[in-house]
Amino acid sequence: MTALTISPTATETPQPPRRNRQPMGRRVMRAVRRLPVWILVALLLIVVLYPQLWMVLGSFKTQAEFLSNPTWALPEALNFDNYIQAFTRGNVAVNYWNSLLVTIPSVAAIVLLGVAAGYALEVMIWKGRHGVLLFILAGIMVPGQMILVPLFTVYFRANLTDTLWPLIITYVVMGIPLTTFLMAAYFRAVPREMFEAATVDGSGPLRSFFIIGLPMMKNAILTVGLVQFFSVWNDLLIALTFTTRSELATIQVGLLSLSDEYGSTQYGPLFAAISINIIVLLIVFVFLNKKIMAGLAAGSVKG
Amino acid sequence: MKSVFGDRKTIIILLGPALLLYVLLKIVPVAWSLGLSFFEGNSLRGFEFVGVDNFVKFFNDGAALQSVGVSVVFAVLATAGQVTIGYLLALLYVFVLRRGSAFVRTAVFFPMVLPTVAVALLFKSFVSVGANQGPVNDLINFFGFDSVEFLASGAGTMAVALVMTWWGSMGFYAVLLFTGLLDIPEEVIESARLDGANGLKLVRHIVIPLSLPILLSSLIFSFNSTLKVFDSLLALNGGGPGTQTAPLTLYMYRTAFEYAEYGYGSTIAVILTVLCLVFTLAIFRSSRTKVED
Repeated sequence: MTALTISPTATETPQPPRRNRQPMGRRVMRAVRRLPVWILVALLLIVVLYPQLWMVLGSFKTQAEFLSNPTWALPEALNFDNYIQAFTRGNVAVNYWNSLLVTIPSVAAIVLLGVAAGYALEVMIWKGRHGVLLFILAGIMVPGQMILVPLFTVYFRANLTDTLWPLIITYVVMGIPLTTFLMAAYFRAVPREMFEAATVDGSGPLRSFFIIGLPMMKNAILTVGLVQFFSVWNDLLIALTFTTRSELATIQVGLLSLSDEYGSTQYGPLFAAISINIIVLLIVFVFLNKKIMAGLAAGSVKG
Repeated sequence: MKSVFGDRKTIIILLGPALLLYVLLKIVPVAWSLGLSFFEGNSLRGFEFVGVDNFVKFFNDGAALQSVGVSVVFAVLATAGQVTIGYLLALLYVFVLRRGSAFVRTAVFFPMVLPTVAVALLFKSFVSVGANQGPVNDLINFFGFDSVEFLASGAGTMAVALVMTWWGSMGFYAVLLFTGLLDIPEEVIESARLDGANGLKLVRHIVIPLSLPILLSSLIFSFNSTLKVFDSLLALNGGGPGTQTAPLTLYMYRTAFEYAEYGYGSTIAVILTVLCLVFTLAIFRSSRTKVED
């Protein structure tokens, strides 16, 4: 940055004609020197984008096109047959609905419980709160496999296995440690005077949480909520373990069985189903990418 | 003031539900699993106390040991690749693209938010052979070589799984390390430049040492998550061919839920947990002494 602004003034002569020509030449020189960089960036983008593009394009191809045209060919027409087939035969609509039914309440509960716990552990002052925070933090380290068998037994005995409740409950429990920890960290960044001022004005401790604490965390809630949204929406392990019937399958479980069903014989409907999955996430990502990137990064460094 | 922030009722109302759920459905099951690992059987057949037999069985179980190998090899290679590629990208963002890196950063990050199942199925089709041949083999044919059936061998499946994992997560590690690199004070780099450090020298002697803490965090995080790999290897090739690429997580899942061996399944889960802890501590320890040197 500094080098860029200093060098022209240091070497440039003030005569107008030369000044016009020289930056021009220099610009060309700079462009040539930057060429390897642009090639590198272009390669990088191709590597990242091409597989996704290939699949989305493939979702519009007919079976005949898959068999006769080269794999990098564009689809001949924009036909939506694969999408229709995925929705009707492949149960994609049911899977989507299940995923929504599971994800929305799970994320809402995780965030609400996490913010409240974070507030109680960071803003409220009591003996042993650091110990409790560490105790909750320890849960991040434990692999999900460790709790599957006991939970499966409990859900079975409680007659919950024919519902989506096992998924929701498990996601909430698995989401609490990281969310609580992140929320406590966000509350730590807020000056204490903010909370003190609220109590001076006469609001009770619980009221302060709802009136001051919760609204103040709007941004953090969105960020943490997005992180949890992606981890719940994308989960396979929990969904696979606790969905006993195909009518309860989430989108990821549905994709897996769809791929078993179609195998390598029919790509069209499979690609359509995957594309539907990807396109929704792409839309969310395009609008909220900064928050998502910040949230995921924070979650990993602190966790 | 202190009394308001120390209000017991408020603390219980706010913390209570989360803590209760956490203890009842996480801590208790962990202890339960730990206990189950000394039993054999399932809830229908009943349980029988077998002491440490399950652990003895584990170390004599070829399939189990193979799955440990798969998990560890995958975790080591995936971590090495993720962090290395991520770091190179981060250096590219900070020192070459500078302010213009926002778009590239975002585009390369995107695969991270995609479901692993979708990515695995995408890569499965991408390298496929036969009637619906994917672009990878088309390219190989284009250069005059025969198609390669990557998923027909354990090594091939592993290679595809690794490339896929790097592809999906390199942008994430790049952003993580990019943030770390931005924390290096501008003056430090400027003064190193004035002292004649440039290019690789600057990276080796100034940038890497200063970004060591974030590199360490990335290593631990990456290793911890790749050691638990499940979705990608299951969706890519079902842990196959045979069980050649079945990680410990998949072996545990199959033992517990397909063969209904709850006791032995719990033993495998316990070993997985111990493995995660041991490796995390090992990386932490070794890197810590290096930082202090």
